[in-house]
Amino acid sequence: MPETRVSVRKTYKLYIGGSFPRSESGRTYLVDGDNVALASRKDLRDAVVAARKAQPGWAGATAYNRGQVLYRVAEMLEARRAEFGTLGVDAAELDAVIDRWIWYAGWSDKIGQVYGAANPVAGPYFNLSAPEPTGVVGVVAPASFLGLTSVLAPAMVTGNTVVVLAGAPQVAVTLAEVLATSDVPGGVVNLLTGRAAETAPWLAAHDDVNALDLTGVSDPQLAAELERAAAGNLKRVLRPPADGNDFRRDPGLQPMTALLEIKTVWHPKGF
Amino acid sequence: MFEYAPAPESRSVVEIAPSYGLFIDGEFTPGKDVFKTVNPASEEVLAEVAEAGPEDVDRAVAAARRAFGTWSALPGPERARYLFRIARIIQERSRELAVLESLDNGKPIRESRDVDLPLVAAHFFYHAGWADKLEYAGFGPDPRPLGVAGQVIPWNFPLLMLAWKIAPALATGNTVVLKPAETTPLSALFFADVCRQADLPPGVVNIVTGAGDTGRHLVEHPDVNKVAFTGSTEVGRQIARAVAGTGKKLSLELGGKAANIVFDDAPIDQAVEGIVNGIFFNQGHVCCAGSRLLVQESVYEPLMESLKRRMATLRLGDPLDKNTDIGAINSAAQLARIRELSDVGAAEGAERWSPACELPEQGFWFAPTIFTGVTQAHRIAREEIFGPVLSVLTFRTPDEAVEKANNTPYGLSAGIWSDKGSRILAVADRLRAGVVWANTFNKFDPTSPFGGYKESGYGREGGRHGLEAYLA
Repeated sequence: MPETRVSVRKTYKLYIGGSFPRSESGRTYLVDGDNVALASRKDLRDAVVAARKAQPGWAGATAYNRGQVLYRVAEMLEARRAEFGTLGVDAAELDAVIDRWIWYAGWSDKIGQVYGAANPVAGPYFNLSAPEPTGVVGVVAPASFLGLTSVLAPAMVTGNTVVVLAGAPQVAVTLAEVLATSDVPGGVVNLLTGRAAETAPWLAAHDDVNALDLTGVSDPQLAAELERAAAGNLKRVLRPPADGNDFRRDPGLQPMTALLEIKTVWHPKGF
Repeated sequence: MFEYAPAPESRSVVEIAPSYGLFIDGEFTPGKDVFKTVNPASEEVLAEVAEAGPEDVDRAVAAARRAFGTWSALPGPERARYLFRIARIIQERSRELAVLESLDNGKPIRESRDVDLPLVAAHFFYHAGWADKLEYAGFGPDPRPLGVAGQVIPWNFPLLMLAWKIAPALATGNTVVLKPAETTPLSALFFADVCRQADLPPGVVNIVTGAGDTGRHLVEHPDVNKVAFTGSTEVGRQIARAVAGTGKKLSLELGGKAANIVFDDAPIDQAVEGIVNGIFFNQGHVCCAGSRLLVQESVYEPLMESLKRRMATLRLGDPLDKNTDIGAINSAAQLARIRELSDVGAAEGAERWSPACELPEQGFWFAPTIFTGVTQAHRIAREEIFGPVLSVLTFRTPDEAVEKANNTPYGLSAGIWSDKGSRILAVADRLRAGVVWANTFNKFDPTSPFGGYKESGYGREGGRHGLEAYLA
């Protein structure tokens, strides 16, 4: 018997529709000694299809249920502390990540109250404005784990489904493994590793994507190009923050509200 | 149809100057060129209006920039008082404005008098009250204005669209350069005079008249911080592209192809009134018009019979006549577009019907029209016609109705007619549209946010939500 056991290594794959496929292109690239799937344009289109398919069900789940699912993500993260530690996420960042999932979990059944309105129109009408998810959101994620969490959780919690182009691949794929075991329905989050600059233009121009979050884009020229491509079907665009990405700050409501639509319903009152 | 004696509103209540300049920094000044604006009901030239070139837009933006410092620093209650003044002056001069609007736009005086003008005044009154309460609006403890807003508005509700743009911009401390549509500049120029009467500081509101090029110079101007546009989806796309990478905040209120869904338990007479209001209000020149009627098969025949009977009583003619229901089409170009799409509808196999309706010799007119036997593949079911033309489709189940209603790149508005509360709420939940009218249609209010999903644009106008478009 050998003294030390030969370890079982992990294969870092994509996360699409609840499964972990390799890139259809067969491509991988080397990141810190691991072969990571290098997503293609076709993988991206598959991810959008999966996100679209999952969207009505996720938006139709009760807010209470979505909140519990996000809370479950935090629980599963807690259980994987050691693994994230070996991937270079320090304890303070992991605490912040877990706390942020819990913070957003709690918003699921409150954002409608805070961001909706009963409008006192000048006439005998019931008039109510309520937020609804925009639909399928494309995200170019920042590299840090807290950054990834800070773009993913606010998009998901309100009922959007997401296609994420991840920054740090091993951390992102490990998060996908957490999501897959947290009762997040397949297709709600679809995560692609690879070169964002290669896949992002296709995401920005995709006609079945409703919104684009560019928080993780650091090159202003690329951000402008993606915003221009997003105009094709008038995607809602969340631009990279002008004052830099400090994800430790209070995020405020904007990461959620930028990916919401307001629907106003009128009905007459009368006997 | 009952015969009514003509009951024309007097056009002499409003004075129209032979020519108008650009309103920049509190003064009327000449532009680089001039164009004519006509009464679409008679093709008579109403006035000559200055066309703003790039240098004129520069001057207007510079004036707005100069005014921004003091205007944004003004305490909220002070800004509020100017807006209250404007609201009051509009109320006092609403008869003049209503006549002017009907002359320049072609809409029936009954609508400009009873819908447009009261809403315009209400819009300023509502936003006046926000000016000193912005920290309570839910957009953070220290909401700040953006700077200079470049605003481009359409010709269908000229003064109301101006109010939707200018009132929230000013209440939040921004200054504006607004471009009215080239076919309907007169009420905006009248509004410039209202600003002077209110002693609004020069440069806070600037009005530059002109066509598409003037609008392009304005939205692409490097010293504009905020762009607000109401108009077609195609132009909205161009603006979104032009604004990309500049950091300008953008709100877009674009086209629509609203479904008006009638279920078999709907009160038929009420539904018919709603359908007529939905598509023939303002000659159908309404972005949220109920231009696709979806009727449950089991009530199709009685509903169509009722609708046709009602349509036969619509009075088309002189916009200044107080009995008129349907006025003039706003321009020759728009009339050509409506004719073209209607001809396509007939060519693609839909059945066309209009009531007997005599059209005046002069001016631009189009009889109220419905197409039956329309399928989702027909262009008249997919493209915005922006005229008094209704496409009628049928459905069997609520699921099918929702599916068809959402089968469009647009998502501005929708209508539901049913007596069953649970069904209304369930269908309303599933419609991808920013405004859903249930057992009513085409209702507007300054407290009620308006705006679309999908390719009908983004951002909201009106209500608490509308303030967000003008705040940092």
